[in-house]
Amino acid sequence: MADPILDIRGLSRSFGALKATDDVSLDLRAGEIHALIGPNGAGKSTLIKQISGEIAPDAGEVRLRGRSLAGVDAAGRARLGMARSFQVSSVAPEFTVLQNVVLSAQGASGASFRFFRPVMRDAGLLGTAHDCIAQAGLSGREAVPAAELAHGERRKLEIAMALALRPALFLLDEPMAGMGTEGATALGDLLDGLRHRAPILLVEHDMDAVFRLSDRVSVLVYGRVVATGTPDEIRADPEVQRVYLGEEA
Amino acid sequence: MSAAEVTAMPEGRGGRMTRAQIVNAALALGLIGFGLGAWAMDETFLVTLATKVAILAIAGAGLNLVLGFGGLVSFGHAAYFGLGGYASGILAHHALNYTAMFEWPFVFEGTTSMPVIWLTAMAVGALAALVIGALSLRTTGVYFIMITLAFGQMIFYFAISWPAYGGEDGLPIYVRNGFPGLNTLDPVQFFGLVCVVLFAMLGLISMLARSRFGLALQAARQNRQRLMAVGIRPGGVLLVAFVISGAITALAGALYADLNRFVSPSMLSWHLSGELLVFLILGGTGRLFAPLAGAGLYIALEHLLGGVSDHWQFFFGLLLLGVVLFARGGVIGFLAGGKRHG
Repeated sequence: MADPILDIRGLSRSFGALKATDDVSLDLRAGEIHALIGPNGAGKSTLIKQISGEIAPDAGEVRLRGRSLAGVDAAGRARLGMARSFQVSSVAPEFTVLQNVVLSAQGASGASFRFFRPVMRDAGLLGTAHDCIAQAGLSGREAVPAAELAHGERRKLEIAMALALRPALFLLDEPMAGMGTEGATALGDLLDGLRHRAPILLVEHDMDAVFRLSDRVSVLVYGRVVATGTPDEIRADPEVQRVYLGEEA
Repeated sequence: MSAAEVTAMPEGRGGRMTRAQIVNAALALGLIGFGLGAWAMDETFLVTLATKVAILAIAGAGLNLVLGFGGLVSFGHAAYFGLGGYASGILAHHALNYTAMFEWPFVFEGTTSMPVIWLTAMAVGALAALVIGALSLRTTGVYFIMITLAFGQMIFYFAISWPAYGGEDGLPIYVRNGFPGLNTLDPVQFFGLVCVVLFAMLGLISMLARSRFGLALQAARQNRQRLMAVGIRPGGVLLVAFVISGAITALAGALYADLNRFVSPSMLSWHLSGELLVFLILGGTGRLFAPLAGAGLYIALEHLLGGVSDHWQFFFGLLLLGVVLFARGGVIGFLAGGKRHG
């Protein structure tokens, strides 16, 4: 098998006596959706933040395409293609959809210290942005300020911004949170197609979506990975049923 | 023009002006018309008043770059204004007294040439902003406001306690510095020169706001976390903006010294930092012409109300309260309508 795109080994992080991340190892392979599930407080967001570079681990390492990311900050990791969405949508609210995605394309280009030419007439950035907006299903909404978007549309905008980063992988932190059934299904279909662009590490509470979309699922409990496997294996795992799926299974 | 609009809208599309552009043009023509009208009627004092408005608008434009576009509330911009003033005063002082400013590596006796003085003032302002910005930008919110204020006060007290250049008494410039081809002692020529500088600076800021750099800067105001997540470090973008801002405000300070033919520590005082903030709030923070609208209104009220009552600032305070409570977009927001996105 080819080397994984993202390889996490022995990652640990404590906050005082609390082990938020306890010797976590997992990987993300080309073309897959790898879901990360776990009860509230299991340390999913803390883990995502260590992968994205927002907080530093106490021990262990994150490798992207075999390269260690130790000492690379969040901006540096984004430039290496780590495209992240946030649990609570995070966009520039006063910018239009188009400006937000152009900003992302500009970030990927690595050239923000250009002072003369108008950015909104930069054919290269605009071309990328329009492509990504179309792929995220937001065509026709380019001129709408992000603050005026419906919740589901803002999620799509985050996907479009992630696409504009020329992603090596997607780190999606609860992309379906707060969406209705219909919206979640539509977004699921979108993610389903994205895995072939770049693999997705998906943190999600919507179990239907997780089991429908994922190639593999890892279960995080108290900062530890208690199981990793295909959706069927996870569903059948007695330990997982006990600690997590509970009455649902 | 709202901050987001600056990058959103290609200007003058289809040959029709937006309301914001009409307001901006009216402000520019109003300033020029007032200055020239006063000159035609031989009202030298009013020409000087218009010049003062234009200079303060340049200083405010420098602040607007970091506050309006970058979202940084600097309460220490008097530092750059005063440093620019002292750069002008000190260079002229040596030139007028034929004393060497330094003798190594070459003997330098100062200068009364405005272009040289302007470049020096901008370099000094930029350098000060680089040092102060690099330290202040480690903080955010109210701490940023306080640390910029603290740096401003440090420079203020330094100027007061440094006797070589007048200390508390300030430093006179006996003859206004010169500009090639102009008689700067003629109030209307100096006014014209200041107007050219003002509109050049506003043009520069407009260009910056529309550039890649401006997009990142305005994103830093709205959401630093998101900026990081698209691979752009907000710190660097904000520091560059701070340095450019310091240079522009220092240029205004050099002009102000020439207007008054006098530099004193009052140019460095926190009152002035506050006034610059007030200009922007009055005019409409983040709008390109806010500093001109705000400075014009402020100086007009100071002049008109000041003649009626010594306590004009009380009435001015009421006006400011009204703007903050009922017209957040300031004068320009009121005239040009709220933020439009295109």
